[in-house]
Amino acid sequence: MAYDKFNILTSTAVPLPIENVDTDQIIPARFLKATERVGFGDNLFRDWRYNPDNTPKKDFVLNSPVYGGKILVGGKNFGSGSSREHAAWAVYDYGFRCVVSSFFADIFRNNCLNVGVLPVQVSPEFAEKIFTAVIADPKTEIEVNLPDQTITLLATGEKETFEISPYKKDNMLNGFDDLDYLQSIKKEIQEFAVNLPL
Amino acid sequence: MSKTLFDKVWDTHVVRKIEGGPDVLFIDRHLIHEVTSPVAFLGLKTRGIRVLYPERTFATADHNTPTINQHLPVEDPLSVKQLKALETNSKEYGISHWGLGHQKNGIVHVVGPEYGITQPGATIVCGDSHTSTHGAFGAIAFGIGTSEVEMVLSSQCIMQPKPKQMRINVNGKLGKGITPKDVALYIISQLTTSGATGYFVEYAGDVFKNMSMEGRMTVCNLSIEMGARGGMMAPDETTINYVKGREFSPKGEAWDKALAYYKTLKTDADAVFDKELTFDGSAIEPMITYGTNPGMGMGISQAIPDAAHTEGGAASYEKSLNYMGFAEGEPMIGKKVDFVFVGSCTNGRIEDFRAFTSLVKGKHKADNVTVWLVPGSHIVEAQIKEEGLLDILTEAGFTLRQPGCSACLAMNDDKIPSGKYAVSTSNRNFEGRQGPGSRTMLASPLVAAAAAITGVVTDPRTLIEELV
Ligand code: SF4
Repeated sequence: MAYDKFNILTSTAVPLPIENVDTDQIIPARFLKATERVGFGDNLFRDWRYNPDNTPKKDFVLNSPVYGGKILVGGKNFGSGSSREHAAWAVYDYGFRCVVSSFFADIFRNNCLNVGVLPVQVSPEFAEKIFTAVIADPKTEIEVNLPDQTITLLATGEKETFEISPYKKDNMLNGFDDLDYLQSIKKEIQEFAVNLPL
Repeated sequence: MSKTLFDKVWDTHVVRKIEGGPDVLFIDRHLIHEVTSPVAFLGLKTRGIRVLYPERTFATADHNTPTINQHLPVEDPLSVKQLKALETNSKEYGISHWGLGHQKNGIVHVVGPEYGITQPGATIVCGDSHTSTHGAFGAIAFGIGTSEVEMVLSSQCIMQPKPKQMRINVNGKLGKGITPKDVALYIISQLTTSGATGYFVEYAGDVFKNMSMEGRMTVCNLSIEMGARGGMMAPDETTINYVKGREFSPKGEAWDKALAYYKTLKTDADAVFDKELTFDGSAIEPMITYGTNPGMGMGISQAIPDAAHTEGGAASYEKSLNYMGFAEGEPMIGKKVDFVFVGSCTNGRIEDFRAFTSLVKGKHKADNVTVWLVPGSHIVEAQIKEEGLLDILTEAGFTLRQPGCSACLAMNDDKIPSGKYAVSTSNRNFEGRQGPGSRTMLASPLVAAAAAITGVVTDPRTLIEELV
């Protein structure tokens, strides 16, 4: 699935300082019945966001009139649980391009990279700093610079570098996915398959 | 250089290494189901790509299928759409399709091994995180996202960096009434839900050596719940006896060749792991979870730990206990139970139903509980009948449903109502996992049985007379 290229993102952020946010919260299973990729953003954090009668829950951050932006800042171990890529779609379709956490679950991180959401892992201290700054002032701007692999709190200039493999970085910068790459080496794959033990 | 079991299987499947990037890994077997595949097929269509090796992919419908009246048309129109999509896509691309009503239909991680699709030393993926189940055979098996499903369909490869490796040893003798589920929940409670993130786990030690294939699958299944990419165990006689002669297992000359390969599949004596942990099996109690992630588990006779003794933040801990309606320091024993669910790819195999039946035999279902017994496949269902378990269950007031994922993720009608408590043999106790507002306590089939006949959380060891 094609996605928008990622270069430098400057945006306010939405804070969600909860640990172990699992994929069943990001997108509950009952919304996985689609056969097309549409409407997932509407159901992002559905049960935290809406009451059973579909009225918004006022105390949930996505319903807050003050917080907004393209960066979601989550607590430790963000995205644990299922392999549903729908969770990453929901994050992207809602309008987030970047998720920041001090620790990501593996499959979720991988799914994000495949759909154009940049997972930025920061130190627990820096995550705390971001939470404090954003909660104190929801207009706090954050710059996520993919070419330089840095994340900066613009008001104070405090920054940290983050890891991403050169291959994935290149993909994100250009809006490519792995499928394009694999198609280009199909012959090599077929030759390889001949000698497999199973 | 010495290699681990994982190294051997991984390295055998690397088509190409990318400098500063992931490995291109060849996938031997690909399992698909109705929920995570439709968008992948849509992608293929949009790009005009064919499936490269249709014979390496197998489709079964399980996630949103009903578990009663499977002969009648499915009612939920959205489920119907997904089931239909799986059928037409499989047909169009030449993939074996075991839809609802098909004799081979069942939970993807239960039928894969039953039909010999799962093989030692294979690479296996599926768009479901509990694909780690197949690691019980010495396969590298893990869950993937829908983009990767599309990659495997189109190129039989995915691109992944090689993970770090961890070995978890459990030695000693398990006590009476301690099942593989308890061993797994115990390990997760020690490691937390993120303790193995970034790692692939190998399980070693007497406890696993002495386990049946069903038990090993339960343990590997739950690897993902401590954050691991997957878990695996070296194949041995038990494994080979299980695999031999199954429908899709290699036959004749191919079997001899496969057998020679299987025999190479063990970690070299001097191989080094990035991390190694050892636990004493005799210290494990029947386990139960009290919170909203699988790491929040405890020995059933203990008291709910207080926030100070947990790794997560106090706020998240409090949120979790509030959701469950529990408080720090309370005992779990005696807590009210409204529902009992036995099933899923974690504990929906024949041994699980044998264990459940052994405890409820001659007793009667408690009036306050609704019990859903859901076999993982038609083979399991048939065995329950053939072995006479169904008669014992019926006499004790239980009924048997038809195969599927059911209340494990509650995509069909099997939903635990809001606020109700369920003892479940499945794998996740996340908020709302078993239905909006549902409260899940994960446990073994024996703990489930004890709850089903007493109506409250009960230590099964107090009810055991004769266990299988
Ligand atoms: S039983 Fe549960 S975990 Fe297993 S495949 Fe089905 S939904 Fe996934």
